Amino acid sequence: MIMSKIILFIFGFLVWVFLVWPADWQHILVGVAVAGFVAFVTGDMFVRRVHHFKNPSRYFWFLYYVVFFLWECVKANIDVALRVMNPRLPINPGIVKVKTTLKSDTGLTFLANSITLTPGTLCVDIDEEKGYLYIHWIDVRSQDINKATELIVKRFEKVLKRVFE
Amino acid sequence: MNNPLFVITNIHELVGIIFIILGVGFDILGCLGLLRLPDVYNRLQATTKCVTLGTCSILLGTFIIKGFGATGFKAILTMVFLLLTTPVAAHALARGAHKSGVKLCDKSVCDKYKDDQDALS
Repeated sequence: MIMSKIILFIFGFLVWVFLVWPADWQHILVGVAVAGFVAFVTGDMFVRRVHHFKNPSRYFWFLYYVVFFLWECVKANIDVALRVMNPRLPINPGIVKVKTTLKSDTGLTFLANSITLTPGTLCVDIDEEKGYLYIHWIDVRSQDINKATELIVKRFEKVLKRVFE
Repeated sequence: MNNPLFVITNIHELVGIIFIILGVGFDILGCLGLLRLPDVYNRLQATTKCVTLGTCSILLGTFIIKGFGATGFKAILTMVFLLLTTPVAAHALARGAHKSGVKLCDKSVCDKYKDDQDALS
């Protein structure tokens, strides 16, 4: 319990220091007070699995995920930009259902966010209990649930599983 | 400054300007998508993707020009917040639109979400 508060305090304090960057002692004092208060009140709501933070391999996988994700994001932009500029507007939209094996809240949030920011897919709703995601796809290549899962979810799931599960 | 527009003296300023120009280009494409695509969901696709990368690119250009200082750090923080919050906003808008009964456009091939909701009720 106290560990999760300390972790949230460190995060909040770092964000504060970056925001007021040429930080003198007045800024730091206010930052310690505010971050301490916020961490004290909401500490156990955000950080639930403290032992994950002690595992260094998770940080490396997270860095790999960030780089991989930025690359996918650039590809997504070029894809959508080409579709928008094409005079014939080549779209074939629809909402498909895919399934995921991730269980934790953070993992699911990151998965949904990554899906939204990658080529032609937008997460519409999530069914946590059964592990289904409903995804609006700008160019539906397969309506079958397994095939769509293969095409959309798998590449992120492999990495996210090592970071958050 | 003799040139009324901008004087490029360093290579990092040139790189920053290139990133800013790319970002503005992507933002314009995002707006074009907002105008051209047929329904809410497709428009959200264009706006979330192009505008996120466009704005991040502008902020990255700012960071490259200004370097590690007050402005640069704020630019990086804004990028992180933007990348975390834009998909959540798009998700909320799409879900809200679907719940309140906005139809998909005529070209759509399937709507598994509606099928499942109908099966439940």
